[in-house]
Amino acid sequence: MKTRDHGAHGKHGTKKIPCLPCFPWFLLFFLLTATNLFAELKFPPPEFESGYKMPQTQNPIPRSLLLQYADVFVLAAALGVATWAIYKKRSRKWVIGTSVFSLLYFGFYREGCVCAIGSIQNVSLGLFNSSYALPLGVIAFFALPLVFALFFGRTFCAAVCPHGALQDLVLLKPINVPQWLEQGLGIIPFVYLGIAVLFAATGSAFIICEYDPFIPLFRLSGSTTALTIGASFLIVSVFIGRPYCRFLCPYGALLRISSLFSKWRVRITPDTCTQCTLCAESCPFGVIREPAAAPSNSRALAGTRKRFLWSLAVLPLLIALSAFAGNQFAHAAARMHPDVRLAEMHVKKQSGVDPARAPKDQIALARAEQASTELLARAATVQRRIQIGGWILGGWIGLVVGLKLLGVAAGKRRVEFEPERSGCFGCARCFLSCPQQRMKDGLGPVAVPTPIAASMGK
Amino acid sequence: MNESQPSPVSRREFVRGGLRVGAVAALGGLGGVMATRSSADDFLWQIDPQKCSQCGHCATDCVLETSAVKCVQNFSICGYCDLCTGYFEAEPIALNTGAENQLCPTGAIIRKFVEDPYFEYTIAEDLCIGCAKCVKGCALFGNGSFHLQIRHDRCVNCNECAISRACPSDAFRRVPRSKPNIERVIAH
Repeated sequence: MKTRDHGAHGKHGTKKIPCLPCFPWFLLFFLLTATNLFAELKFPPPEFESGYKMPQTQNPIPRSLLLQYADVFVLAAALGVATWAIYKKRSRKWVIGTSVFSLLYFGFYREGCVCAIGSIQNVSLGLFNSSYALPLGVIAFFALPLVFALFFGRTFCAAVCPHGALQDLVLLKPINVPQWLEQGLGIIPFVYLGIAVLFAATGSAFIICEYDPFIPLFRLSGSTTALTIGASFLIVSVFIGRPYCRFLCPYGALLRISSLFSKWRVRITPDTCTQCTLCAESCPFGVIREPAAAPSNSRALAGTRKRFLWSLAVLPLLIALSAFAGNQFAHAAARMHPDVRLAEMHVKKQSGVDPARAPKDQIALARAEQASTELLARAATVQRRIQIGGWILGGWIGLVVGLKLLGVAAGKRRVEFEPERSGCFGCARCFLSCPQQRMKDGLGPVAVPTPIAASMGK
Repeated sequence: MNESQPSPVSRREFVRGGLRVGAVAALGGLGGVMATRSSADDFLWQIDPQKCSQCGHCATDCVLETSAVKCVQNFSICGYCDLCTGYFEAEPIALNTGAENQLCPTGAIIRKFVEDPYFEYTIAEDLCIGCAKCVKGCALFGNGSFHLQIRHDRCVNCNECAISRACPSDAFRRVPRSKPNIERVIAH
């Protein structure tokens, strides 16, 4: 910067003299800066005589901030339309239409960045790292779907999230996942969420983005491994409904928690449930639950109570055990942070153990030697923070497993066929299997209530 | 339906309502804390040319097929040398535009005669792959006017830049959208 300014002054001095009295000063200044300039540059910039005009370096302009805010507006509008389509219009066609739009806009046009799923990491980094200022647009992407979930359930998943839309649109031959497997795998998103927050908050890595299976597909570019993983997910999605949403998505875990408290819920029937059981098999995600009465006799009630109390007693033990396990995992986890990795390499090199290293590592090591005390101090801070984070992460996982057990033990009372609040994506497939809804829409009766027929929307 | 049905349902509803209010309040609190650390501006990734060590990872580690990192010429500090060490191989056969003399693997540098003895060097960004060979050559013997920059018309602005994780020199950082480039200056 400084050099360029000096150069500009010099040029003015030769071309135009601003005022006569200050000319000697100007000349002195020019000479001083000019010698300074020659000392810094190996080759002085030429004085052209042919009238050649030096071109300006052209810098492409980034996408405007206004468009960035327009994305937030589109997000809010899409959430609104999806919610209306599920609750008021009760139409699968509208849900599909919104999904296609979201897939095109947030997926292929915006190339999936920034999305609600990834924003978890920005928020974590922003909360625990004062040097990172959180862009307002990212806050909106993080908070809007959660606020909607607190009132309407997971309408974001239904038709706004491009990941969900892509998987839902290719779901052609759904097969059922057994409940025990569904419940077991359902814990993974919470674990993934915990790990992602730990790594993001300590500034180690953004693993959600790094290992996202669909972003390479939206960009139509990426490493062969990334594209292969994306394609495999897509193929699995043809048979298993939304595998990423159900068994991986960390934002889905947050939405699951929020939608437990939702004010309104998706109802299969627009009227009263006649318990005709036609909808029972229509959900490709296996979240429709049969009506269940309260335990009728005292013995059954006592059994439920016993199981519930046992789970409650096990909960603290589970949390303590997994917190301990989490702390054990922290040492290895700290290596995800570039400073810790570099510091370890540096220490090894200082102590004489120095295997042949890649050129990249040698450059990094040279940098480490320049400021080794600062680096070691930084690495120690990160390690300490990840140690603490490991305890919390472990405790969190224990809590999730424990609460899942409690939920299973407690059971639920239902008077009609209904989708589970936290698992329902609001895809609107089940509406089409309800005779009351079909009567309203002027459709004939369902021939065979299979998931396949329901998924085709016919 | 028997008469005792509404009571437990309404109790559940009450608890749920309370928890929802709690969740909204928690989200609001979180939003408040976030807002104190927020910025109306957005962030983009950029390379600090003063830190760059020309390792070549920019060409290979970008998520895009052809890297969004390109060589950029800062004309104001260019020496317009005839024997440009950013343009020519270590021992060129002749000082002309013959491919065998060029350092750039894709022929992305355009050499144009200005006046004796000066030549202008510009980058054809469509051809440039961001390998930094010319940057290294220029920094070694020249003024260092060639430098790497992320081009924001190509960059998809990943939440965490993949090259930044590979960069051994810690040269990548988030810069405000309103000031998206870092200029090359001469080191003292």
